[in-house]
Amino acid sequence: MSYLLKKTRFYISLILLLAIFPVSANTQTYSLVIDKQTVNIIDQPLTRITLNGDIPGPTLEFTEGDEAVIHVTNNLDEDSSIHWHGLLLPGEMDGVPGFNGFPGIKPGETFTYRFTIRQSGTYWYHAHSMAQEQDGHYGSIIIHPKQETIKVDRDYVVLLSDFHKDDGNTIMKNLKKSSEYYVYVRRTLGDFFSDVDKNGFSRAWQNAKMWGEMRMLPTDLADIGNYTFLINGKTSQQNWTGLFKVGENIRLRFINASAMSFFDIRIPGLKMTVIAADGQAVEPVEVDEFRFGVAETYDVLVTPDENKAYTIAAEPIDRTGFALATLAPNLGMRGATPKQRPISLLTMADMGMAHEMSDMKADHSQHNMDHSMHQMASTQAPKDDFNTGVPDSGWANAHTPEGQKALRYKDLRLLGEQNDQREAEREIVVRLGGNMERYIWTLNDKKFPDTRPIQLNYGERVRLTFVNETMMAHPMHLHGMFMQLENGQPINKLPNKHTIIVAPGDTYSVLLTADEVGEWAFHCHLLYHMMAGMMNKVVVAQLQDKEVSNHVH
Amino acid sequence: MFIKPQLLIIFLLLFLHSNLSASEKHGNEIYHAIYLEAETGSNDDGIIINEWDIDGWIGTDENKLWIKAEGERENGTTEATETWLMYSRYIATFWDAQLGIRHDTQPDSLNYAVIGIHGLAPYFFETEAHLFISEDGDISARLSQSNEFLITQQWIIEPYLELNLFAQDVENLEGGSGLSSGEIGLQTRYEITRKFAPYFDLKYERKFGKTASMSDESQSNIITSIGIKLLF
Repeated sequence: MSYLLKKTRFYISLILLLAIFPVSANTQTYSLVIDKQTVNIIDQPLTRITLNGDIPGPTLEFTEGDEAVIHVTNNLDEDSSIHWHGLLLPGEMDGVPGFNGFPGIKPGETFTYRFTIRQSGTYWYHAHSMAQEQDGHYGSIIIHPKQETIKVDRDYVVLLSDFHKDDGNTIMKNLKKSSEYYVYVRRTLGDFFSDVDKNGFSRAWQNAKMWGEMRMLPTDLADIGNYTFLINGKTSQQNWTGLFKVGENIRLRFINASAMSFFDIRIPGLKMTVIAADGQAVEPVEVDEFRFGVAETYDVLVTPDENKAYTIAAEPIDRTGFALATLAPNLGMRGATPKQRPISLLTMADMGMAHEMSDMKADHSQHNMDHSMHQMASTQAPKDDFNTGVPDSGWANAHTPEGQKALRYKDLRLLGEQNDQREAEREIVVRLGGNMERYIWTLNDKKFPDTRPIQLNYGERVRLTFVNETMMAHPMHLHGMFMQLENGQPINKLPNKHTIIVAPGDTYSVLLTADEVGEWAFHCHLLYHMMAGMMNKVVVAQLQDKEVSNHVH
Repeated sequence: MFIKPQLLIIFLLLFLHSNLSASEKHGNEIYHAIYLEAETGSNDDGIIINEWDIDGWIGTDENKLWIKAEGERENGTTEATETWLMYSRYIATFWDAQLGIRHDTQPDSLNYAVIGIHGLAPYFFETEAHLFISEDGDISARLSQSNEFLITQQWIIEPYLELNLFAQDVENLEGGSGLSSGEIGLQTRYEITRKFAPYFDLKYERKFGKTASMSDESQSNIITSIGIKLLF
């Protein structure tokens, strides 16, 4: 009798359990261990951060609709965290210490992230604590759609990162000692004299004079110039290789997990068809190369039609090396290494001060300043010739060969339609500022946490306008929500982005639907810019009418 | 004595502490940069000259404790030492305002109040201008500028200029009112790393005006020396 009762109870509780956790919701569980280990990536053994023993950490795969359960154990002697870059999730699972009540993961503790996967595409994860991201704390995320629409024969992650012999905290300290500490591409006297030879003394002198007056460097494309670049954790010598058979359709999921490095990406001999940007599907665009901002992701399709090795070449924009990998029919093969392209020199158009420049008596003829100033003036409406970089920008000049197609932001069109096609109710201007000399970086002249948080009413539609007043490009990243980049496409086709490169001297705007309640980090994704203060908090909440009106610009 | 140096140091430290205690992560951490130069050489009279120069700071982007110490020995005898301690405040993009004290042991044991600016002038001129009021009430000033030119990314030549001025005659220091002394020089260094750079230095120094007539030493000198520059 009692046995029967027990048995009945068991079955009843089992039924109840099944009712609460329907079997259809698949739970995908991962365990990640953050540790410090000796790694031998470059010539010398260095102590760096590993995830489950590796740099990068493991690729986490999910299917849209899954319940993600990720146990993260921190074996460091300092606090750590993981932020799921680009994922839509509850604020307290976003992994930014000090936001949404998340305290970070204390040494020796395990924190379990739990959230429902509400999207598909290529994303990544990384630390949001100190400079840990520089030291190896990153990895990739693949989320399969419920119904796979793109048939590929091979599917590879191509994760780029920048590795340094100095650890992240040391780099930050050295940048504060001297912002030129890691820059070895400054103009020399020899450069000046060859400029004289080429352009005559007076123009060369005017140019040097102008940069001197501004106390800025035309070679300031990257703050840190002596990185070793990695693809999937491998150096160019170690040569990560993706195998294929001729005619196969390959998806490459490019992730720029660098701390500080922008790249120009190309695979000589292969056209790339871009099918997703920042994890979100876009209408296919065929390109020869694309500029790749820190923290962005792009999915591309390639179809090698020859039985040979193709080189995946990622060239940093300060041209200090290459990240090289190979697509080949067999292991051990290697394609040709492309020729290093020349470094771009920043121009007057890249200075965030084009208006003042008009008063200067410098020779503007070669720069067509009037045109670019006209562009600068019209910051309100989306620009017709939207691009990464103002016209005549030195920054935007990738030295793409004649006849080759480089992806531009304005080429990106969302696949399908935007749900929210409302106009913005208000505009919030975010000025990107900095003082290179002292390595101070700001949003609206303030360093985080002294910034005033951006308050958004749940459901409201706003335009965020980024005005870059610095000479560097800043990949601006918003947590928790996608931004719709106003790239000149119709409002229903604006691409979703989690990270937007704002080129030097340029102004870009995005539309944002504040449909995720929480405190969301909003920052420049150049690691040392963020650490120096280039960060703010976006708060989405049900606000009182009065509170909203206080913040209207 | 109108300033107790110890009190001022305590005041500076307390001030820094109150400014720094509110610091959190992102943007308010304490950093430091301290340059040390030590060199040995000789002048055109064959006198062996050893010089040292410490210049650096500890603090946040906005509030720093600034330390300077320099000195000179001739043929083994200490001729001059200065030690400065200042509060340095970020006031404009390229400029800090500074306030503090300076203590000399040679040629005369003397304390000064210091007020001045430090920063980067247009065309990359590293610029310092300081006004000194000695405990005896005498006023003097110093202006120095330097710049950098790259031969290669690691071979760097740095021309520099320093001028000293007195508002009145100060007999103990053999300083006459007006422009008293100056130096102009060229440091050529090889930055093996940013933190370690041997250098060769060539400098011309001379006394001017009243100061020149007050001193029985030579009016001008050419000094050649070798040294190392370190960054901590």
